[in-house]
Amino acid sequence: MNRHATTAGWLSVLSMGLGQFYNRQYIKGLLFLLFHAIGLSFILIKLRTHLIGMITLGDQGQHLEKVGRIYKNVEGDHSIFMLIFGVLSSLVVVVYLFVYYLNIRDAVLTGRMRNKGHEPVPFSKSMYNVATNSFPWLLLAVPILGVVFFTIMPIIFTSLVAFTNYSSPNHIPPKNLVDWVGFQTFIDLFTLNVWSNTFFGVLTWTLIWAFLATITCYFGGILVALLINQPGVRLKGMWRTIYIIPYAIPQFVSLLVFRNMLNEKFGPINQYFRYFGLEGLPWLNDPFWAKVSVIVVNMWIGIPVSMVLVLGMLTTIPKDLYEAAEIDGASPWMRFRNITMPYILFATAPILITQFAGNINSFNVIFLLTGGRPVSADYNNAGATDLLVTWLYKLTLDLNNYNVAGALGILIFLIIASLSIVSFTRTKSFKEEDMIQ
Amino acid sequence: MKARTRIRLLLSYIVLIILAICVCYPALWTVMSSFKEGNALFSDTIIPKKLTFDHYKDLFTLGERTNRDIPYFTWYGNTLIVATWSMILGTLIQLLTAYAFSRFRFSGRKSLLSTVLVLGMFPGFMSLIAIYIFLIQLNLLDTHMALILVYSAGAALGLFVAKGFFDTIPRSLEEAARIDGADHFTIFWRVILPLSRPIITFISLTTFTGAWVDFIFARLILRSRDKWTLAVGLYDLVNSYNSTEFTLFAAGAVLVAIPITILFSFTQRFLVDGLTAGASKG
Repeated sequence: MNRHATTAGWLSVLSMGLGQFYNRQYIKGLLFLLFHAIGLSFILIKLRTHLIGMITLGDQGQHLEKVGRIYKNVEGDHSIFMLIFGVLSSLVVVVYLFVYYLNIRDAVLTGRMRNKGHEPVPFSKSMYNVATNSFPWLLLAVPILGVVFFTIMPIIFTSLVAFTNYSSPNHIPPKNLVDWVGFQTFIDLFTLNVWSNTFFGVLTWTLIWAFLATITCYFGGILVALLINQPGVRLKGMWRTIYIIPYAIPQFVSLLVFRNMLNEKFGPINQYFRYFGLEGLPWLNDPFWAKVSVIVVNMWIGIPVSMVLVLGMLTTIPKDLYEAAEIDGASPWMRFRNITMPYILFATAPILITQFAGNINSFNVIFLLTGGRPVSADYNNAGATDLLVTWLYKLTLDLNNYNVAGALGILIFLIIASLSIVSFTRTKSFKEEDMIQ
Repeated sequence: MKARTRIRLLLSYIVLIILAICVCYPALWTVMSSFKEGNALFSDTIIPKKLTFDHYKDLFTLGERTNRDIPYFTWYGNTLIVATWSMILGTLIQLLTAYAFSRFRFSGRKSLLSTVLVLGMFPGFMSLIAIYIFLIQLNLLDTHMALILVYSAGAALGLFVAKGFFDTIPRSLEEAARIDGADHFTIFWRVILPLSRPIITFISLTTFTGAWVDFIFARLILRSRDKWTLAVGLYDLVNSYNSTEFTLFAAGAVLVAIPITILFSFTQRFLVDGLTAGASKG
């Protein structure tokens, strides 16, 4: 016997509010109906042009038109405005559909209550429910608005741009129109020599960089932490404070300082080399040494972070593990190998993945230290140390190749997302496993 | 056995000292260079032969050395304005978000939380392009307000540390207040806020520092020279004068780093929480 639920549900599908009327919740039904009427007419009258505009992206760009005897420059359709308004309008439609869904759900739930023989909730009571339950939403209203406008909207927009030809020099509004091109940008990126050489070169270096940067900082941090934590080493607090200094200095400052220190002609590093009668190295000007430099400098910046982490981790190892091991006659080395090391590795492994993901996006180190240089002749506006993100930045700001930049953004997201999924599932399994007990 | 321990300790100390030198050297070298005479990168000794405060004076006296356009004082002011406003708005937003997620079990909570996690996976650069285009179209490019908006709007996504803190405040406190007739707002204002002073300090310091040191969005949004923040200005100083104005840069860098380094010593104890937060909140 779920007659009421089904009927109310289908009535609400037919039009918002009808199900509520059927459930004899007249005021609620009226409100839903009102929202339905206003929402639908707003979408059909006001937003329709924008929604269509998002599909066509305009028919005619800026052009000359004959007015009387002279030609005049007439403003045409601005594809990017049309795209932005289209995205905004689609968001409104999504909100509308969501309310529609809520309306159906409400009708079905009330219908089910009536099936069980309860009376439908009076309007004053449901108002009260809304008032008490909506407090968290009230708190979240501003943050959600901020995130929608400055994070979600931009991400949607950029993803859409990847499927257009919005790019300098031929497709920049208001002069020209932008069109949908489907997966063409991705295909170009993978197959067209101008793009694919750079793309695969930069991608390879990005992955190598992320791997090396993560590994060096991670194991460097563990080594330093263990070094400080050795029994017998005095002034532990002092060493810890000294090694944390790099973390306390703003990153852009230390990176710019390093850029000067590694200067080939005048930098102090090469000065010391010469002092010992050596040649000195082209730290930032040779493709290979530039890569070495960024990794070493990244160690300087990154090791303190993992050191702090590992030091924190070391204090959480239960002392009785060591005591038990000592009673069983385990040597210090065995205790280290079988208790300390596994503990650290298990506890920090998920962080390793997040750090890897972070390093793929580590813009500052590359951009401020080398700026992607030395410039490579085989690459399309990228250098030997450019990562995908710094290349993306250049493509956006310097070259206005927005569509390629958008496509790159999507590809980076896919890499990071797959890594994060691995990381999350692993974290959960760690939590459930209780591996060290 | 004893001799072996001694050798091990000796070696450890040697490594520790070498590492300490590597860590301190860049900072020390910068500070020393900022007191050095002349403007060259090159120097014979790390401790300058003659100390001078000229470079610090140069930074704050405009127009005296007309061959350069380095409005350092203006940049400092800009950075202060942007960082302070971002701190106020960002802290408020992050606090409210974390509080809502920590204390309330409302429908849609789980899906909102996973949305935050998914959004965290997109590179900030994804929004970069769009924000750039949006701001051009809205004529907001090259304003401090745009920068403040961008920083504060992003603050909500960093809610996990604060949420972890609120999770540790016992629910019984709230329940007791509720029995005494307090509503949501009173509970937040009279019970929760006084207890969360440490986390408020932490959030405001991190948001302030974040805005103070950010380079990416500042360079994207601020176009004209006298609107720049310190990060963009100092980058330009190194980039366009190459190594010819190094001592001036060093003085500028020291002045930028000092407030942040001091603030950092207050946030230190939250550091581990902050670092592990993203990883363990699955």
